[in-house]
Amino acid sequence: MANDYDVIVIGAGSVGVPTAYFLAKDGLKVLCIDGNASSGQGQNKAAIGGVRATHSDPAKITICKKSLELFSTWKENVGTDIGWKPGGYCFPIYTEGDEKTMKDMLPIQKRFGLNIDWIGPKEIAQAVPGINMAGLRGGTLSPEDGQVSPLMAMESFTQEARKLGVEFRFREKVTGLKMDGNAVKSVQTSAGAYSAAKIVNAAGADATAICEMAGFNIPVIPDSHEAGITSPVRAFLPPLVVDIRKGPEGMTKNFYFGQVESGQIIFCYTPLAPILGTDRRETSEFMPIIARRLVGLIPRLKGLTIRRLWRGLYPMTPDGVPVIGKAPGVDNMYLGIGMCGQGFMMGPGVGYNLAAHITKGKPTMDAEIYELLSPKRNLGRGKAERLA
Amino acid sequence: MTDNRITKHPILTPNTEATVNFKFNGKSYKARPGEPVSSAMMAYGIIVFNTHHKDGAPQGIFCANGQCAQCLVLVNGRPKKACITPVEEGMDVRSLEGLPELPADDELPEMKEAPVTKTDVLIVGAGPAGMAAATELAVAGLSIIIADDKQELGGKLGLQTHNFFGSVRDCNAGMRGMDIGTLMAQELEELENVSVWLGSPVVGVFVDGMVGVLKGDKYVLVKPKHLLITAGAREKTLAFPGCDLPGVYGGGAFQTLVNRDMVKASNRLFIVGGGNVGLIAAYHAMQAGIEVLGLVEALPKCGGYKVHLDKIKRLGIPVWTSHTALKAEGNGKLEKVTIAQIDNTFTPIPGTERTFDVDTLLVAVGLAPVNELLLKAREFGMSVYAAGDADVIAEASAAIFSGHITGRKMLREFGHEVEIPQEWYDILDMLRAKPGPTHELEIKNPRKSNVYPVIRCTQEIPCNPCTAVCPRDSIRTNNGKMTGIPQLWSDCIGCTRCVAICPGLAITLVDRSYDPTGKKALVTLPWELPVGIIKPSQSVRTVGFEGEAIGDGKVIAIRSSGWQNRRQLLLVEVPAEQAEKVAGIGLFPLKEPAHGKPATQEDDDNTIVCRCERVTKGDIIRYIKEHDCTDFNALKAGLRVGMGPCGGKTCTELVMRIFRQVKGKDAKVEAHVERPFTQEVPLSAFLDGGEE
Repeated sequence: MANDYDVIVIGAGSVGVPTAYFLAKDGLKVLCIDGNASSGQGQNKAAIGGVRATHSDPAKITICKKSLELFSTWKENVGTDIGWKPGGYCFPIYTEGDEKTMKDMLPIQKRFGLNIDWIGPKEIAQAVPGINMAGLRGGTLSPEDGQVSPLMAMESFTQEARKLGVEFRFREKVTGLKMDGNAVKSVQTSAGAYSAAKIVNAAGADATAICEMAGFNIPVIPDSHEAGITSPVRAFLPPLVVDIRKGPEGMTKNFYFGQVESGQIIFCYTPLAPILGTDRRETSEFMPIIARRLVGLIPRLKGLTIRRLWRGLYPMTPDGVPVIGKAPGVDNMYLGIGMCGQGFMMGPGVGYNLAAHITKGKPTMDAEIYELLSPKRNLGRGKAERLA
Repeated sequence: MTDNRITKHPILTPNTEATVNFKFNGKSYKARPGEPVSSAMMAYGIIVFNTHHKDGAPQGIFCANGQCAQCLVLVNGRPKKACITPVEEGMDVRSLEGLPELPADDELPEMKEAPVTKTDVLIVGAGPAGMAAATELAVAGLSIIIADDKQELGGKLGLQTHNFFGSVRDCNAGMRGMDIGTLMAQELEELENVSVWLGSPVVGVFVDGMVGVLKGDKYVLVKPKHLLITAGAREKTLAFPGCDLPGVYGGGAFQTLVNRDMVKASNRLFIVGGGNVGLIAAYHAMQAGIEVLGLVEALPKCGGYKVHLDKIKRLGIPVWTSHTALKAEGNGKLEKVTIAQIDNTFTPIPGTERTFDVDTLLVAVGLAPVNELLLKAREFGMSVYAAGDADVIAEASAAIFSGHITGRKMLREFGHEVEIPQEWYDILDMLRAKPGPTHELEIKNPRKSNVYPVIRCTQEIPCNPCTAVCPRDSIRTNNGKMTGIPQLWSDCIGCTRCVAICPGLAITLVDRSYDPTGKKALVTLPWELPVGIIKPSQSVRTVGFEGEAIGDGKVIAIRSSGWQNRRQLLLVEVPAEQAEKVAGIGLFPLKEPAHGKPATQEDDDNTIVCRCERVTKGDIIRYIKEHDCTDFNALKAGLRVGMGPCGGKTCTELVMRIFRQVKGKDAKVEAHVERPFTQEVPLSAFLDGGEE
């Protein structure tokens, strides 16, 4: 019996929608399923929208270079504004140890052709007006990184995917996978069952459950991060800023923020102790802590007005690196999971390569580097990424 | 310099002189002490406060309640809501043109962690319900915090210059709302264990049981054992072409400007909505010397109390039922409004358009509970109660009552064995009930007295002051209930107390002993319009209860005394046979409005629905259709609807209406996800938790 679809993508989020889009672009008949009422309603809309290729992991560098290329040219190529704002990432550095960490990464980043350099305090202050100069040693600036609106980008990817014939089924939760030997025969949802030659698991925070339905386990464990946004002000802050110090309050690791194209400042911190679980309800703890960190770094930010707070999930893998490629032990299933909080910036790059892997048998990126993301790797080797 | 402050008012005593110096766009003005920036500006005829950063559209006052952000101005370089920012000496106020600039102030402020304030009960909102609950709770020695975003206690009671309906014994009916507010505030302030936090909006509840309060300029976390939401209501609104023009705003907002701040915000007014808020707003406008050109109500009958409706009809205000506001027009501010008749599907009927030259259009189409904190607290499993409008929309008398009941319920949580009489619940139900049927007028004078009241209270509404004030106990309702029809059951001594107290101005007194020849009679009319409009010995046209012309009369005297509670009594000589019909005097001749033009499809498409992000009705309809959208959150992502400073408080219901219009009334539409904060909070407020 013929399959209903060539490919079923489970999850209409940061990874699933671009994957569906690129698969349809390759001429496949694609169904994208999500339990929410529309696309991007999981963690996508919780993302703050920073996109950088300046990681330390070669695979993430390569994937994000592709994402940056797609995002930054989207308006010219597709015609839709997705809030792309160039301006780069700036890591201002205040300690000797952090300076070493950043400088140690530069060779590999440069080897991959990334535009990033160590600059002095004065240049940092030019890039980040009003930054606290006391103890500022300098930092890195990577002008080719940037910011995108996750809402606008998801919106546009969804519409473009639709135009290419991708069928979306919303409010359908995947309840099971019907197996035929080592292959997924059909996807069962709360509303029906659909068969396809190939299946993509892009289920974000729910990825492990989908793996288990196919009989294998990949641990993707969500922890949660809170974020917030201010009301808009005139453009004053070109780069997205990451302060990698631990907070003096003893609750936070790094924190990061940027001014989006429409003028709001969007911000987030990494809790010192991960808050495991899928609870996305707001806590009272976040705002007073992040306020003091923001103003401690740039005192003039005290003049901003806070509009809204939310919480999103980081689907974490044990080694902090995403899991992308063919599923272990299942013939026709592919994984684009475990984005570790960087699903939005990696999504288009992941989708682009996964689609190529599915339609052409291999990704467009260097196969050796792609292998670093393989589901078959030893996932238990501990954190590899220094700047997750 | 024009000064639009109200200096003469039949009920209100003018506020203090304007002595506080401030500047607007570089020009010097004076404000009254404590006056909000918005009212100080409107006192000088300034109604455009900012231009929107997206399209430069002019914006001005809209909710006057701190809920929206249409009134943003730059105050000393920082964007602030003009309606909740009191003017201070030397303040530099500027219109906000586009996005504000972040001030380059690089001084590192003092920062310290905020202590958590623990309390037995946190009451959110110090209006009638909150104050009533606080007085119940405080007696048991519990620690109570009552927080309110305004600078004064009383909530919306302060705007209510009219005599209250309801029951005399249970909620001071017959007194003016503002006086009840003052009384309750005094009682509250005497309670030692109640901390009153004014100028302190409650902006969020959190999953850890904390409540965020913006206490002045500091953000404070409160951990209450029990939370009580008495945050009142906010005004619903409508989307029609031009609804976003400065000069179009809420009926409650208008009452705030005119009654609380005593600013004559308008010269020529039109009103949309025949509920109590719209009807009373019309009356309050007349009291403030503002010309009211008319009122439209979409339904075939006005939903407000008949006595309120008749009150404005007697003043010659045209009331157009089965009509709607088609469009508002003007260059940078409202200049005219066009209305049209609608059929039973609410579709405008071509050819029925009429246009009025106005500077203000009030939208008074009902209230919605301010309950977002309540819903969140419930979702988070906190111990939370609600009373007043935040629970069920009703008159303020009901809010007072529900506050008392809820206060006692909460006392039981603390182990206090307090009684809540079943009768209280019955009264509350009665006060909350919609107006009942209207009966034929039946004038009773069982003892054939020469002096007797004509009681034109024919609709079943919860109100009984007339029965309570009659010194002979001669006025009783026909069924003994508060909602019954009051009638004269025994003799009348002509004391006029019922005339003076009736909240509906529905009682007149006929005196047939006035003229021994029996040709003339003296009628005593209640009168609450500005002194000086009518003078003794003036000849007047008389009108009936619903404004219909009756004949001629002559004002014999204007009487006032302390117990009349600022209401005047007009003694009017009329032909004896008309004595029972006369209920008012015709002051303003009706003018025939000009014919107008229908709204075009383009007008309709360009109607602003989300004011904060300037999203039009056409955009929303197209989006829903093109994307087969049934998720409000997708609309937020796609069009930014509801993503602005008001957080969707103004447009959510309008957008849901468009969803139903496009997708059918039974379509399942995903609600928009609410997140903190319920109001924007300055980042500086989080830095220093201050004293403990």
